[in-house]
Amino acid sequence: AIRGVLSAKRRRKNADLPSVPVLAIVRSSPPPPLGRNIAAREIPVESQPGEMGFIGDQVESIRSMQVRQVVTQIISLGMIVTSALIIWKGLMVATGSESPVVVVLSGSMEPGFKRGDILFLHMSKEPIRTGEIVVFNIDGREIPIVHRVIKVHERQESGEVDILTKGDNNFGDDRLLYAQGQLWLQKHHIMGRAVGYLPYVGWVTIVMTEKPIIKYLLIGALGLLVITSKE
Amino acid sequence: EAQAHVTKINRFHKQINGNDKVTLTFSLSANLESLFTWNTKQVFAFVTAEYETAKNSLNQVSLWDSIIPDKDQANVQVEVKSKYPLIDQGTSLRGKKVQLVLHWHIMPNAGAMIRGKMPLSEFTLPDTYTS
Repeated sequence: AIRGVLSAKRRRKNADLPSVPVLAIVRSSPPPPLGRNIAAREIPVESQPGEMGFIGDQVESIRSMQVRQVVTQIISLGMIVTSALIIWKGLMVATGSESPVVVVLSGSMEPGFKRGDILFLHMSKEPIRTGEIVVFNIDGREIPIVHRVIKVHERQESGEVDILTKGDNNFGDDRLLYAQGQLWLQKHHIMGRAVGYLPYVGWVTIVMTEKPIIKYLLIGALGLLVITSKE
Repeated sequence: EAQAHVTKINRFHKQINGNDKVTLTFSLSANLESLFTWNTKQVFAFVTAEYETAKNSLNQVSLWDSIIPDKDQANVQVEVKSKYPLIDQGTSLRGKKVQLVLHWHIMPNAGAMIRGKMPLSEFTLPDTYTS
């Protein structure tokens, strides 16, 4: 069995963090010293006639700098969130699968796929064939399953298919996992076929799902990092 | 370089639900060593029976499969009973010509998964049930 990656957005967000150049621009300006405002006013106009205008300009530019800095940080935070969303939705369109990346949760496909590995799905128009590894939903089951197709029967006229699946590491086929009385999967049960594989990466989401405190700590730390990154 | 032949029809009958069912024994000789590279975790090899009926344009039924964990074991020479029975959706198997196809699915350490296949021999099922 597998889980659609709910927290994959979050993971992408993290991945995007280092590539925010906007903050770097702010960092290069000198930090505004506190009280500079008042000090500037105390300088007598007569003694340093030329300086006044210069310092005043500086103060103004530093104040507007602070505002800009805050605005820039809010914008960059927004950009991280939206770019993560864009990437995720873009992946959905490109792969044609409503959840393009899934995490393997069970050992039914061992030793090929282990718990915590991730699979990249693709849903094309091409017909399903025996031997392919597909992700499918069963009515009444919350978590989709990733198993291999072992039988395909395709109708002459309509092209409708009957599909039977089995986990590589399971003894019998999946009829026991299907809904009561269900003998075959049809096209509409299939969420996608697995086309790519990466080991271990999915542990991030498994840990975050099973230990939510770690998730909140991580989100908090990242948020803090984005907001406070001045120096 | 790969060959497969049905050596025996063990049982051929009509199930209670009305579908034809065959269990058979076949020999397979295939060298899959060339499929292994540095990025190959395992090769999933399987043999299907493929045929057309009036009802279905394609029937593709796995008879046997095997996980090959490394190159040393990739030269497959076996005679095996079908791991999964050949069951039709109906009663079209008597006298039916069936194609045996060897398939492989290369599963990587990381990256894209690659599939391939090679048609092997054809065989014709008997005109009558064995029981």
